Amino acid sequence: MLESKTTGKKIVIKGLNKQFEQEKKGLLFSKNINPDAVFADEPSGYVLRDVNLEIAEGEFHIFLGASGCGKSTLLNIIAGFLEATDGEVLLDGKKIKKPGSERGVVFQSAEAAVFPWLTVRKNVEYGLKMQGVNKKERRRIADECIELVGLKGHEKKHPSELSGGMKQRVQIARSIASNPEILIMDEPFGALDAQTRRNLQDELITIWKKTKKTILFVTHDLQEAVYLGQKISIFSAAPDAKIAMQIPVPYDYPRKLDDPDVSEFTRNVHKVLEEAINAHGAAVDKSA
Amino acid sequence: MKNKKKRPVYFLSAIGKSGIITWILIILIWEIASKFNTPEFLPGPLATLKGLRELIDRGVLWDDVRISLQRVGIGWIRGIIIAVPAGLLIGRFKPIRFLFEPFINFFRFVPAIGFLTLFLMWFGVGEASKLMLITYASVFPIMINTIAAVSGIDPVKYQAAESLGASPLQSFFTVTVPGSVPGIFTGIRLGLSGAIISIVSAEMLAASEGIGYLIYTSRLYYRTDWIFTGIVVLGLFGFIADKVLRKIGNSAFKFYGIVNQ
Ligand SMILES: Nc1ncnc2c1ncn2[C@@H]1O[C@H](COP(=O)(O)OP(=O)(O)O)[C@@H](O)[C@H]1O
Ligand SMILES: [Mg+2]
Repeated sequence: MLESKTTGKKIVIKGLNKQFEQEKKGLLFSKNINPDAVFADEPSGYVLRDVNLEIAEGEFHIFLGASGCGKSTLLNIIAGFLEATDGEVLLDGKKIKKPGSERGVVFQSAEAAVFPWLTVRKNVEYGLKMQGVNKKERRRIADECIELVGLKGHEKKHPSELSGGMKQRVQIARSIASNPEILIMDEPFGALDAQTRRNLQDELITIWKKTKKTILFVTHDLQEAVYLGQKISIFSAAPDAKIAMQIPVPYDYPRKLDDPDVSEFTRNVHKVLEEAINAHGAAVDKSA
Repeated sequence: MKNKKKRPVYFLSAIGKSGIITWILIILIWEIASKFNTPEFLPGPLATLKGLRELIDRGVLWDDVRISLQRVGIGWIRGIIIAVPAGLLIGRFKPIRFLFEPFINFFRFVPAIGFLTLFLMWFGVGEASKLMLITYASVFPIMINTIAAVSGIDPVKYQAAESLGASPLQSFFTVTVPGSVPGIFTGIRLGLSGAIISIVSAEMLAASEGIGYLIYTSRLYYRTDWIFTGIVVLGLFGFIADKVLRKIGNSAFKFYGIVNQ
């Protein structure tokens, strides 16, 4: 508790380890697992091993790493959906134990995450309703958020009438409406076409500037990381993944990826990423 | 130009889809088959129509239809009232599921007719045992479909609800319930067919009215045409009721992105 005001950091992750309960059958067929560990009596080995990280308030923070390295696992722990095996995640000095509305989550699949039985407006109002905000206030906040994500005029539609990009906008608006301090986003634009993706990236930057939220954004796309992030945390490969390096991105928004400086920077980040992935030697899935 | 060419094709495919061809074929085959048999053995469509006429004239058909539909309706609605909440709870809460699943998986294989004599013994020869039988027949399809619908909800939706501040009770009512509505509706439709099917067994013993009673007793008077009338009336009722329910479902749940064909 005492630490909360002294660190000045929004999120502090200390000595975090994560190993999943051993499910032998499942593990046998999933990748990036040491096959020797599968039949051992002890748990399967660590997905995340000794993750330490501090994220400042209001930071646009990117987690970059190969598929299967444990990015979603880390975000799920921060969101409160999974429990860390060791270590802790502190938010304003308080240990995170379960999900909370101060941490908004934007899931990878908007299709799965939005409520198809509710209109766009009702989807966006959902969190406020759960928290007991009155109808008038709900409506006002929801309409504001709907406008912010560019869905004005679509309030009465159901998700099945919207494109993938629009559904993802609904999800973003729904998270923002509860006014969380942190926005947790797990590859939210991964399933979108290039053009929609670019638009949403630009809009996310605008939203971030307007709302000053701390954003934790997972991607395995280097370009996306450099385009969006203030700081990039690079994962080493699973198993035993940790944050191999943190790289601040020294460019103003909006960024031009074809700018010579920026592309040089991107190449450097790429090198670091490759090194982080290869540092493990064996058991690395390079195709990911 | 294009339209002109396509119109007859549309027209033909519309006829094909409407099922009229099937009906004409069935009636035709039925009529032909009846020509080779005595009316006591297999009355044709015309004889059946005559039988229907006769039943209407005697004023018994409507009473039989009304009483059977009433039984089906009450039993079915009781089935819905029992099976939907039970299915939702069993589908959502693991301890409840572990408790009830073996029970469900046992009894769903025992047809309503298997309980006929037991119910008569336990609940008497009155309406109670008939309604019980019909309720029993409609409970399982509704419950099983409801459980499946609940299990089919993407866990991400619960995570989303929870991180938006929903309590477990709130997420039951705002995710589990609406999320399983289309599946519940399918169950309700199948439950109605279960109820209609079981009406004949329910009215087989200790009844003095109803379509089931008509079908069952007509044999005693060698009125095979009345049996056919009963069958046609039951089939028609199920056919129409199911069509209506589907229509309602399709327009009410369009936004779920699922359309039952
Ligand atoms: N529930 C689970 N049980 C067992 N292993 C899991 C589970 N979830 C993820 N894993 C394993 O943890 C590793 C990291 O997964 P994940 O965090 O989803 O990676 P990423 O998001 O970086 O692609 C993978 O090897 C995956 O197989
Ligand atoms: Mg992932």
